[in-house]
Amino acid sequence: MAELDKKDEAVDATPNVTDIVKVDASTTTEVEAILDAPVDRGEPILQVRNLVKHFPLTSGILFRRQVGAVKAVDGVSFDLYQGETLGIVGESGCGKSTVARLLMTLERATAGEVFYKGQDITKLSGRALKAVRRNIQMVFQDPYTSLNPRMTVGDIIGEPFEIHPEVAPKGDRRRKVQELLDVVGLNPEYINRYPHQFSGGQRQRIGIARGLALNPEIIICDEPVSALDVSVQAQVINLMEKLQNEFNLSYVFIAHDLSIVRHISDRVGVMYLGKMAEIGTDEQIYEHPTHPYTQALLSAVPVPDPDAREHRERIILTGDVPSPANPPSGCRFRTRCWKAEDRCSTEVPLLAIPERFQGLDSPVAHESACHFAEEKDVVGAA
Amino acid sequence: MPETLNKASAGAAESPAVAPVPVAAEKPRSLWSDAWRDLRRNPVFVISAILIVFLIVVAAFPGLFTSVDPDHADLGKHYLGVPQYSHVFQEDWFGYDVQGRSIFARVLFGARASIIVGVCVTLVVTILGGLVGMLAGYFGGWFDSLLSRLTDVFFGIPLLLGAIVVLNAFTHRSVWTVVLALGVLGWTQLARVMRGSVLTVKQADYVQAAKALGAGTGRIMLRHILPNAIAPVIVVATIALGGYIAAEATLSFLGIGLPPSTVSWGNDISSGQTVIRTAPHVLFFPSAMLSITVLAFIMLGDAVRDALDPKLR
Repeated sequence: MAELDKKDEAVDATPNVTDIVKVDASTTTEVEAILDAPVDRGEPILQVRNLVKHFPLTSGILFRRQVGAVKAVDGVSFDLYQGETLGIVGESGCGKSTVARLLMTLERATAGEVFYKGQDITKLSGRALKAVRRNIQMVFQDPYTSLNPRMTVGDIIGEPFEIHPEVAPKGDRRRKVQELLDVVGLNPEYINRYPHQFSGGQRQRIGIARGLALNPEIIICDEPVSALDVSVQAQVINLMEKLQNEFNLSYVFIAHDLSIVRHISDRVGVMYLGKMAEIGTDEQIYEHPTHPYTQALLSAVPVPDPDAREHRERIILTGDVPSPANPPSGCRFRTRCWKAEDRCSTEVPLLAIPERFQGLDSPVAHESACHFAEEKDVVGAA
Repeated sequence: MPETLNKASAGAAESPAVAPVPVAAEKPRSLWSDAWRDLRRNPVFVISAILIVFLIVVAAFPGLFTSVDPDHADLGKHYLGVPQYSHVFQEDWFGYDVQGRSIFARVLFGARASIIVGVCVTLVVTILGGLVGMLAGYFGGWFDSLLSRLTDVFFGIPLLLGAIVVLNAFTHRSVWTVVLALGVLGWTQLARVMRGSVLTVKQADYVQAAKALGAGTGRIMLRHILPNAIAPVIVVATIALGGYIAAEATLSFLGIGLPPSTVSWGNDISSGQTVIRTAPHVLFFPSAMLSITVLAFIMLGDAVRDALDPKLR
């Protein structure tokens, strides 16, 4: 897996958020030209700023009025660098998948911006949005529902070329589809088969081939392996790593399996109840977590060594995740946090390098949205 | 952009485990061509298709099968039953009705009105109901509310009562006014089936994937939602087809469908049912033709539905 220069610098620089270089373009053609320009390895390619998605809660049948909102994503910011894999972890309902859908503009953001090469894609539409879609693609969670059961594999993987005819001339498409099947490790002769004739892992490979068809720069993976068997998971993950090197892809990898995220990611963001709790390199997050939620999550990771398992501390959180329709004031995690004090209910902790760690040349100095951030060895590796 | 793909194919060629990409000899296949291949081998489809083709030929050219005028009345043959004569294949095969008209000729000539009503009403309701259901289910929101309430309003009108009102608005009634009356009132059932089906399919990840690829509304509807949502509509429509032929018969019986001078199975069934005990053949032959027609269409619908589902292949 490609080691990034950024990773080493990230310890003392601000790893999460860099300045946005906005590029002004008045016409659609200019926007398209900007979107086609390449980005250097290690430069930010996707910059997310204060992304918010609220789903309205309505009541009344004939005259609907809004009685509240589910705050699925409530102010998330991060950068994705060219060629890296950013893992996003968190438990069910924390807004991971909504972030993926917002990045794909499958949902319109309530507020906030997503800059792709300096263009705010949340405001784009029509041709410019179509150009963005050529460069940002998605791999879905469930390989059993993400492929149209009434289309052959050839039609499924060939559809991107029909939608973007400029990518491949008509006579060339069938050959390209067979190449893609070959790239993802499937027999090119399967082109006339239907999805139900494949296993889960093979189907996910078809989904990946469809995502690759347009030669995108970014692939958003929304739990791409959580529906698969463990042995098949490894094959798919290895395929994704191979493709990343081959096609110079950047991944946003969303999952709830901490071990897989650690395996594939260069940097990891931990989400809780619509907010980013902590973000840093995989070493910073897994070896030196400073946010209590991350520490609790990591303490729940199964350890294969029975001896280490005996001696490690498990943090058992009490209570349930609060409803995203009515999140707690201040820090979202305070209702389940053993460190919570009065300050936590009044002051929202910002996602930044905690003051006391600033300037430290240590992996502890990474962004953590906690007033009382401190290191705690929970993995038991030390 | 293209060079990365070339690179991919180059990479594939280097690895010894992977065979070079073969140019497949067989043609690219699609859902419809596969369905057609499948249907041709299905005996249920073949039988029902032959029946339907035969019925359509009869409806179009009844003169090919009999030289007898269905309106030629000979009161001397009043309610004359099944073959009294020894010679073959003539107008007396099915006997005679109250006015001594050949039932054989009337059944052949009556096919036209009944099949036009059945097929045309089914086409009208499937297109109208399918369109309304598709738009309501796909776009949702206030548009869905509007269309669904409209569907509810039409659904609330009883078919026969509504048809009486509509048909009374016409001074000159023909097959087409019956088609209009049944079509205007019958689409609601299919609209509801279609809407429900579209709502389910719309949630599927493959629709989201198509959106993420930048597919337009038309492509998503026609390539992704329609083929996956149409199966229940086909089934309901083919079953309803028989119902529409029967509804035409009911309307004719009530005296507001086809005028009594029109030769139709519906008219003949209604006139035959009064003499079911004394002259059952008058009712039997038009009813049997109606049943065979309805059965043929239902079997066809069943076979088409199965052929369109690759999972059953």
